Amino acid sequence: MKVLGISGSLRRDSYNTKLLRAAGELLPPFVELEIWDALKEIPPYDEDDDIEPAPAAVAALRAAVADADAVLFATPEYNSSVPGQLKNAVDWASRPIATNPLRNKPVLVVGASTGAFGAVWSQAELRKVLAATGARVVDGEVAVGHAPTRFDDDGALQDEGMRDQLREALEALLAELPAGYLALAV
Amino acid sequence: MSVLTDTQAALPTGTWNLDPVHSSIGFEIPYLAGTFRGQFADVEAKVTEEGLTGSARVASIDVKDENFSAHLQSPDFFDAERHPELTFESRELERSAEALTVRGDITIRGVTGPVELTGTISEPLTDYADRQRFGLTLEATVDRTEFGLNWNAPLPSGEPALPNDVKLIAELYFVREA
Repeated sequence: MKVLGISGSLRRDSYNTKLLRAAGELLPPFVELEIWDALKEIPPYDEDDDIEPAPAAVAALRAAVADADAVLFATPEYNSSVPGQLKNAVDWASRPIATNPLRNKPVLVVGASTGAFGAVWSQAELRKVLAATGARVVDGEVAVGHAPTRFDDDGALQDEGMRDQLREALEALLAELPAGYLALAV
Repeated sequence: MSVLTDTQAALPTGTWNLDPVHSSIGFEIPYLAGTFRGQFADVEAKVTEEGLTGSARVASIDVKDENFSAHLQSPDFFDAERHPELTFESRELERSAEALTVRGDITIRGVTGPVELTGTISEPLTDYADRQRFGLTLEATVDRTEFGLNWNAPLPSGEPALPNDVKLIAELYFVREA
């Protein structure tokens, strides 16, 4: 089974992308984490462009979400909210609302920031946005504050307490998957 | 006026099936400056010696906007994927002339809780096709958050946009089983 990881940061050395990789290492062996790396290619949402066929980058995003069993978002916080490009991508993915691939999809939101609070406001807003798309938003929060001090030179999450929180949140995400998958874990 | 608590005395005897075309099961809730109403198009109900049972398919929520309907069916509200039906089963009926009280269990979003429906019952009559019919009008108020329907959004005043209490309204027409 597959979890799609979406980082809200475009930066090469993004702490949120590192957080996704840390999550990938905590997932059980039967779960593959695929990190989606095409956020920068998503065009600005324009209803005039929201026609079939969709822009290639948008079609690829929608297909990646549809193909995944769950989605893990790691978001930074810009001006107390969700980075514009990430919100824009979710807006594209959510159309048309009644049949969009995020609908009923189990999703978990985590976040990292250089400040003290670990993108908690951005995470809360992203959860609200995802609930509006019809996603099954998992109750779990991992807020990695002071991010530069939490990852080592290889990008690994050093903080044991944070790793425990992340593991717990991922377990909550996996618990939302159909029972057939969970049987694989036994 | 005597109060009849026995099922057979409170409801006409025999088995009665719902006339779904003329019946409706819906809800109403104050929203912003008015009252919002919605209905379930696909409903079932039955009256037997055991009492009254009914169900409604969440996917059949009939509101006037498909995006709104999609939101109501999502995990933010009814979570139709996991809980496709609302159900009701009576435990106890109490009748006094036309007034009817039905106590039973309602299941919404997979959560079962007690509910008391109150309303009226009509005497059976014979229709054009020589079938016997009677009607029930029932209402109840439930706290939607007790069933996990927790969505809300603050108004600029800080007040929640949606109250927790929802009125459920059923207008049921039954036809005696041949």
